[in-house]
Amino acid sequence: MTIPMFKPGDDPGSSFPELLRRLGSVPAVPAGDAASLGSVPHATTCVAVRFADGVVMAGDRRATAGNFISHRSMEKVEEADRHSAVAIAGAAGPAMEMVKLFQLQLEHYEKVEGTPLSLEGKANQLSMMIRGNLGAAMQGMAVVPIFGGYDLRRATGRVWDFDVTGGRYEEKEYVATGSGSLHAGTVIKLGYSADQDRDQAIELVCRALWEAADADSATGGPDALRGIYPVVAQITVDGFSRVADDELAARYQVIAEAVRGRS
Amino acid sequence: MNMPFYVAPEQVMKDRADYARKGIARGRALVAVRYVDGIAMVAENSSATLRKISEIYDRIAFAGVGRYNEFDQLRVAGVRAADLKGFQYSRDDVDARSLANQYAQILGQIFTHEMKPMEVEILVAEVGQEPAGDQMFHINYDGTVVDQRERAVLGGDAAAISTRVAETFGDRDGDALDLASAVSGAVTALSTPERSIPAAELEVALLVRGDSRRCFRRLSDDEVIAIIGAGNGAPAAKT
Repeated sequence: MTIPMFKPGDDPGSSFPELLRRLGSVPAVPAGDAASLGSVPHATTCVAVRFADGVVMAGDRRATAGNFISHRSMEKVEEADRHSAVAIAGAAGPAMEMVKLFQLQLEHYEKVEGTPLSLEGKANQLSMMIRGNLGAAMQGMAVVPIFGGYDLRRATGRVWDFDVTGGRYEEKEYVATGSGSLHAGTVIKLGYSADQDRDQAIELVCRALWEAADADSATGGPDALRGIYPVVAQITVDGFSRVADDELAARYQVIAEAVRGRS
Repeated sequence: MNMPFYVAPEQVMKDRADYARKGIARGRALVAVRYVDGIAMVAENSSATLRKISEIYDRIAFAGVGRYNEFDQLRVAGVRAADLKGFQYSRDDVDARSLANQYAQILGQIFTHEMKPMEVEILVAEVGQEPAGDQMFHINYDGTVVDQRERAVLGGDAAAISTRVAETFGDRDGDALDLASAVSGAVTALSTPERSIPAAELEVALLVRGDSRRCFRRLSDDEVIAIIGAGNGAPAAKT
């Protein structure tokens, strides 16, 4: 491998995907029917909620291929960079690749330009990557992420969801994606308040994922037996941080008791 | 058809080297010092926005002196090469030695085959997981690479500054230097007895061995002032 050098008019600038294209190292979208591959792993339910100091994002851990549980401990919520996170639903392979490329692009931009992208700019980048995946999406390899982060310029948390064509929609309260998003979204909608604090927001997303797992077979619930809990992360002015499993275990214990009390 | 005059290859190389050296000597110098938690790089730079020292990858930094547009082009190429390698293989596979060799190839190629050599000297530094893994590669305008373990001096007036570096640090090992004495020692070496450099004209960046993935960090003017003040200045660092 040699250092890539470009003539001034031919320079890919601060875009890493564009650099890959210039060097011809982007895999071609396969022709033919993806259905012939059989079922490939799909990832499901993720949510992001705004709260007073930023954003809480959460995702379950299950990936399914048809009616088969292919992974129990998948991580769908990823740190995009210090002040933002991305969570994915859809075909797991292309989705993980997209997240990896997205993380790299944010870092690449920051290093080449010497300053990080604005939060809006990051959302826009992700939107273009989804648009780039449209060919594969039309063959059943759709990837639909959500994106959220702390906007240092506006001093507030912001969340976005996307559609499969790359459409980018900023929401004021919460976003949800994946097969359990209807159930999870409803729980959040009913419990949401704009000035909720961190604890309330985490409580809300834990409950939302519980109800989604309860009603959607492709969404995994908390697995106390194996100690696998949803990935929950908060993004505030101090940056991205994961919520510890101990805290989640305690919260799910409480939720489980409450559910037991219903009957 | 015009026949070009014959010029001896020795003469060509000498002219090019002189040309490059003159260009580099016009700019300000840079000193890199290994200290207990990593590597400190200190440059004299009157601009607060056009950087001489920057991040290449998780544990690797780049520093350049000479013509800004030329070393900045090399810097961006290095970021690209490192990000590509990390993307195609793994983040752990990106290392300073391989990058330094690639830079050497490019600079050597340009020095021998192009009309004009690059008027730059660059440093590729990597902070190891353990102090034994710290590496610094100093690459010249003609592609010669020197690996330097403890300290490196780049740029115009390097001979005088190297002497002052040797006077300041003696044969002290980086493992025995704290951040304050590393930075203040480097500042002492960059300044001359007649001319001291104000903090606003210093660019200081660190590669810090630590828990975070990205080890590169810049020091603000205030942090530099705090360190130079706290670091006992030049004379005490000699002890």
